[in-house]
Amino acid sequence: MSMREGSIAVVGDKDSVLAFKALGVDVYPVDNEEEAKERVHMLARTHSVIFVTEQVAKWAAMYLKRYSARPYPVVVPIPSASGSAGLGLAGIKANVEKAIGADILFDKEDK
Amino acid sequence: MAKLNVNPTRMELRRLKNRLKTAVRGHKLLKDKSDEMVRRFMLYIRENKRLREEVEGELQTSLSSFMLARAASSDAVIEEAVAMPATSVKLSVSSKNIMSVDVPVFDIVEGEVSELYPYSFAGVTSELDSSIASLSKLMPKLLKLAEVEKTCNMLADEIEKNRRRVNALEYVMIPQLEETIKYITMKLDENERGATTRLMKVKSMLEERKDGDK
Repeated sequence: MSMREGSIAVVGDKDSVLAFKALGVDVYPVDNEEEAKERVHMLARTHSVIFVTEQVAKWAAMYLKRYSARPYPVVVPIPSASGSAGLGLAGIKANVEKAIGADILFDKEDK
Repeated sequence: MAKLNVNPTRMELRRLKNRLKTAVRGHKLLKDKSDEMVRRFMLYIRENKRLREEVEGELQTSLSSFMLARAASSDAVIEEAVAMPATSVKLSVSSKNIMSVDVPVFDIVEGEVSELYPYSFAGVTSELDSSIASLSKLMPKLLKLAEVEKTCNMLADEIEKNRRRVNALEYVMIPQLEETIKYITMKLDENERGATTRLMKVKSMLEERKDGDK
């Protein structure tokens, strides 16, 4: 059992993340790749849960991959204010394919 | 399948037979582990998909109403309104063990909730109120999603790794050992036959010489 500071952070474009500020969550607006990478990398050490917009998830993909092997930090892609590109669902699909070898969750609904 | 490069001796044979026994038992155990992990994974991934779909829909709604609110007031007003949050969300985090995979678990620790809206109602429009209300309702679900999605990620990784191990045992280690054991057994049998034949030959030669002496 490892204990860790239970802080939550949100990283993304300002339009998408500002609303979270009212909830008492740490909010970090970023608007380019460099900033996004640096911010995510820094937050990984101090926060347990990091919500990132899909754009940030793409920018910082390298780091997200590195964190995926350990329990913390938990990095979750969320849709931005301008809509979802389906990155989150694509991630679920990839997991199913990795674990089972075939996509059995999404198959049924497509047909 | 290539056999291992070993000396065909009885000692080696015994050693290989023990290794094969271990490999077969390990293979069975890993296969059982794999089955159980897939079963757990299926439970989580269904929940993951459901949560993700719900969260994406609801988040979209709250964020777009927040956008509306921003459009209705000036940037400075909105930023000032949310700058000093009255509530705070903290988590107590720990990890639990699912099939020897460490996955995160967290509970929301409520901060001192005095008032959800950190601004005066006079300054802003009602869109802001509703978007923040719906967002704060969404927060537990978002965190649940984070937990479940991470669990799925880690389980999927572990299942893949485990499958590699099972396959390596099933298609490489075990056939190799069996092949080598067969090779050594045959070699030993062959030696034994050779020895018997030699003995018979020597015996018959001795008998012939004895007959000639008479």
